[in-house]
Amino acid sequence: MAERSFAREVEQLKIGAGEEFRGEGILAVTKALLQSGVGYVGGYQGAPISHLMDVLADAQDILGELGVHFEASASEASAAATLAASVHYPIRGAVTWKGTVGTNVASDALANLASGGVKGGAMIIVGEDYGEGSSIMQERSHAFAMKSQIWLLDPRPNLETIVRMVEEGFELSEASNTPVMLEIRIRTCHLHGRFVARDNRKPAFTVKDALERPARDTSRIVLPPASYAHEHEKINHRLPAAIRFVRERKLNEVFDAPGSKVGIVLQGGMYNAVIRALERFGLADVWGNTEVPLYVLNVTYPLVDDEVVDFCRDKDAVLVVEEGQPDYLEQALSKILRNAGLGARLLGKGPFPMAGEYTAKVMSEGIGAFLRAHAPAMLPDRDRAPNVPADLDDETLKALAKEVPMRPAGFCTGCPERPIFSAMKLVEKELGEHQVASDIGCHLFSILPPFNIGGTTMGYGLGPASNSAFNVAAKKRPIAVMGDGGFWHNGLSSGITNAVFNKHDGVTIVVDNFYSAATGGQDIPSSRANNRTRSTHHPIEKAVRGVGVDWVRTIDRTYDVGRMRDTLKEALTTPEKGPKVIVAASECMLNRQRRERPLMQQAEKDGRRVVRSRFGVDEDVCTGDHACIRLSGCPSLSVKRLDDPLRDDPVAAIDQSCVGCGNCGEVADAAVLCPSFYRADIVSNPSGWDRFMAAMRAKVTGFLQRRRAARRLGFETT
Amino acid sequence: MDSLSPSRPITIAVLAIGGQGGGVLTNWLIGLAEANGWYAQATSVAGVAQRTGATIYYVEMIPAVPGRTPVLSLMPAPGDVDIVIAAELMEAGRAIQRGLVSPDRTTLIASTHRALGILEKTAPGDGISDSARVTAIARTRARRFIAHDLQRLAEANGSVISASLFGALAAAEALPFGRDSFEAVIAAEGKGVAASVAAFRAAAEAVALLPPATVDLPEPAAKAVPKPAGGSDRERSAYDRALARLGAELPSNVHEMAMTGLRHVVDFQDAAYGHLYLDRLAELAALDRSRGGDGRGHLFTREAAKYLARAMAYDDVIRVADLKTRATRFARVEAEVKARPDQVIRVTEFMHPRVEEICGTLPAGLGRAVERRAGLVRMIDRLFNKGRRVRTDGVFWFVALYALAGMRRHRRKLLRHAVEEAHIADWLAVARRGLAADYDLGVEVIRCRRLIKGYSDTRARAESKYGKVLSALPLLEHRPDGADWLRRLREAALLDEDGKELDGALKTVASL
Repeated sequence: MAERSFAREVEQLKIGAGEEFRGEGILAVTKALLQSGVGYVGGYQGAPISHLMDVLADAQDILGELGVHFEASASEASAAATLAASVHYPIRGAVTWKGTVGTNVASDALANLASGGVKGGAMIIVGEDYGEGSSIMQERSHAFAMKSQIWLLDPRPNLETIVRMVEEGFELSEASNTPVMLEIRIRTCHLHGRFVARDNRKPAFTVKDALERPARDTSRIVLPPASYAHEHEKINHRLPAAIRFVRERKLNEVFDAPGSKVGIVLQGGMYNAVIRALERFGLADVWGNTEVPLYVLNVTYPLVDDEVVDFCRDKDAVLVVEEGQPDYLEQALSKILRNAGLGARLLGKGPFPMAGEYTAKVMSEGIGAFLRAHAPAMLPDRDRAPNVPADLDDETLKALAKEVPMRPAGFCTGCPERPIFSAMKLVEKELGEHQVASDIGCHLFSILPPFNIGGTTMGYGLGPASNSAFNVAAKKRPIAVMGDGGFWHNGLSSGITNAVFNKHDGVTIVVDNFYSAATGGQDIPSSRANNRTRSTHHPIEKAVRGVGVDWVRTIDRTYDVGRMRDTLKEALTTPEKGPKVIVAASECMLNRQRRERPLMQQAEKDGRRVVRSRFGVDEDVCTGDHACIRLSGCPSLSVKRLDDPLRDDPVAAIDQSCVGCGNCGEVADAAVLCPSFYRADIVSNPSGWDRFMAAMRAKVTGFLQRRRAARRLGFETT
Repeated sequence: MDSLSPSRPITIAVLAIGGQGGGVLTNWLIGLAEANGWYAQATSVAGVAQRTGATIYYVEMIPAVPGRTPVLSLMPAPGDVDIVIAAELMEAGRAIQRGLVSPDRTTLIASTHRALGILEKTAPGDGISDSARVTAIARTRARRFIAHDLQRLAEANGSVISASLFGALAAAEALPFGRDSFEAVIAAEGKGVAASVAAFRAAAEAVALLPPATVDLPEPAAKAVPKPAGGSDRERSAYDRALARLGAELPSNVHEMAMTGLRHVVDFQDAAYGHLYLDRLAELAALDRSRGGDGRGHLFTREAAKYLARAMAYDDVIRVADLKTRATRFARVEAEVKARPDQVIRVTEFMHPRVEEICGTLPAGLGRAVERRAGLVRMIDRLFNKGRRVRTDGVFWFVALYALAGMRRHRRKLLRHAVEEAHIADWLAVARRGLAADYDLGVEVIRCRRLIKGYSDTRARAESKYGKVLSALPLLEHRPDGADWLRRLREAALLDEDGKELDGALKTVASL
């Protein structure tokens, strides 16, 4: 059901030792898991690791052959709890999610897992959604690793190193009885590269074996007194074991340049950017040779004190390249140097900004500033005393800032969520503005233009819960919006059940687009599709009624803006007390088009009768007020300038990408906007009856048109 | 260490909007490099959920050396990008803004078509960015600037823009790979190959034909003057008389606009109505001259010719029915939906008549009488106020709308006409007053008519804004910069729907 199929790519998962793998980072991670003899995998979708879930789903046959169980977890908490299978059994397990938000959700299970420790290797693959393109709050996974004592791997961003870290990460986990977190940044997830493969390994001990031969060890359970012992175990046994392993296996790498009095300590993920910056100063080359020594931390937690001391001993100054804040690494390195009594200057947040992504520009400026201050002799003349860089002049920048439009994310062409917010806009016009809590999902785009609806987003599935305080008698009711993904993730309990129990009088709109649409179309319990390996077709309405909501309305065609508006109005004004839930259901248009368009094209090619709809605007009826666009924002609904000297303002126009969802017409009608819109149904391979009727109609209309054209004075352009 | 290698990768940034196929293009670039024995790395920050935002794809490629892995960057660095491919004109602007285009290095390939940003579209006025300004900047900022409407070429060949961008890249010869090699990559894709190759070739040819650093911004075509057609002899000769009057009674620098306006009002009603238009215009022209208009190019009359034509050809139900039932409209719909002759088209209209429209279509006296009776209004409202989806390709609704359009003959007796006439009279009275105070102020009052647009509620809001703008006239008519302030108020009114900008501007005016 996922929007992108990896059926072709997953074939590469089967390749054996010595063959070269070429593909995306996440696919390489999957291959590495198989090479590691993993026994089970699970996870929850979300950029940038959605494709990892899709790959796993598409690779289920391959996984099955190897005896690997794949679980599409209900949430990151479920996924993290899945790792419990590695507590008592020698089974390797891996789970994945989007960081840091997924880690937030998972942290209860992670803390318990890390306390008791693991027997089989346990790996958490976190897609670090930080920096440009990120859709979440900017935080670091590092804090989670430290607080629960989970080792944090941050491999150099090339497929060889990533694969190596997956494989050795499992060994590290087993050697130190500690879960391991593999952090992969957003660009690395989508990275196309290569590595030489090894054979896949069947797990030596499978989950089936475990189920049939259950084991338990109370000393691993987080209960007093074991829980007190765990803390000591972490410090006295697991940490030293991990440090030993990291040192012996040389998981961290030194790229030396003997004699240099300066050096750079960096997170593995920063490596390529550091090399490129040095390259531009003439201090490194594209093959990784460098004149500035580098100490690359593929393991950023724990740090290996001796390695740090060895690297820094003969240096006057050391630069820490650590993206994000707080500057945990710099703080820890400072302490190591001080304890060792070394005099090397340590710089990090100083040459570099404390906050924000280390873009190419930031990297170059940070390293440049460090070298100018501490090793000016290494720099070519121009970089030692740089002229003002050839930046754009202010006037050009101002002109560009004025002309280049913002492109906030918005609903796709034909999106079934658009009419929900068009209807909300109309209700707003009648009943005034309301307190609206938003949630995570495509529907969050309502916050942006043109809808500008929604004030907060407190987390996945937490939209309704974030209206909890607004549970007092008032002239208006609060509204919460939540997607089907968030609903099943936790919204049913944290939002709906909570509202029932607390006798909340608010309105919740559950947007049901037939699967988890925002993350790429993964199935969830209410999916309408038949899924070979999952149980679907569990209606949201049934669940909502099951927990005690009496006022539930399901709208099975969100494009009916009038009905949507009236239902919402009813929910906001009905005297009935208690939570009001509207399930607004229509399939994600992006996925639907991907599925249906090729079928339609084929049918048309085969000569079958096919009706396709699209909308248009009569340019001479449109007055150019753009009210329709302010209630829509559809990418296919745009404006164009007419070649008419009597007109100042561009008129609405619909382009070829229109999928005929009907929102324009519905809105024009429900909001009583204007009669400019029309729907054209285009009948391909029309039947004899179609053609006969069309010819008859054309006869009548054509006659009348000619009659009037002859009788009135008009104008024609020839 | 003395053995640093001087070789550097070719760096390519692709800027696209979600849904434009930037990922496909990136995969082709990788395929192209690898097929030629190069090592390629690509990455992107396309968040899955960000469907319509701007996305940057980044590719680096370098000749492969066996046994060695190059260290390639995952993001473009300012000043360090060899090729920038922008799948839309403003994305080229964004690339420049972000420093990715440098005069000493970068070949910038851009499609000149526009995909408008949401704020360009929602502005009640004209919010479209200035393409010419961005292309002018691109020309000076890029080492080579190759610009063409690659979207049009893709559509014309039944393909998507990734194919035509790839063609433009091949023709630019910015990569050391032959044209065949590009086409082989497309062929290897296995889906929609014929259309992709056609779009690829069309783009490659179009770009190869472009002289260096030129931009194919569409040339304004010479406009054909519409010719009169149809109508009785009496009607035709009345129109000829109108044309003669126009030439005789109006200053020559107003002729072109007045001619367009005259055609517009005659098309709306009839030749007699055209004479009414000219009567009004001639009177305004006399006033214009008396206020020194000869030295001002008769700007007042020219603007009046434009806005009076639109005001007199208001959008009543008769007009809408008329436009919807014309043969030219049927032809336009077929062209817009790109219907083939073997296809059948059915057209559905979305109408929502309200009580106001019903009353507006009654004779003025009757209409007013109905409007005064609240009960009756409610009853009509209940009967008629609902959305109607009507098939204008079908005989029944076509005939219904055709008949409605036929009420044109009686239009000047109807309530809506009386309302519009009163509105025009008020507007022109204010314009005269403005003109009396200051020539430019008079011009600006005339131009405020631009604010009147839309149907039903939108129109009501437009009128309220119009009223607000003109309410400032007493404060402005004695100021030397009054005209400029009125212009600012009008422009503010066109910035947002709720009129927040306008309210702010009005406060400023009040404090002057």
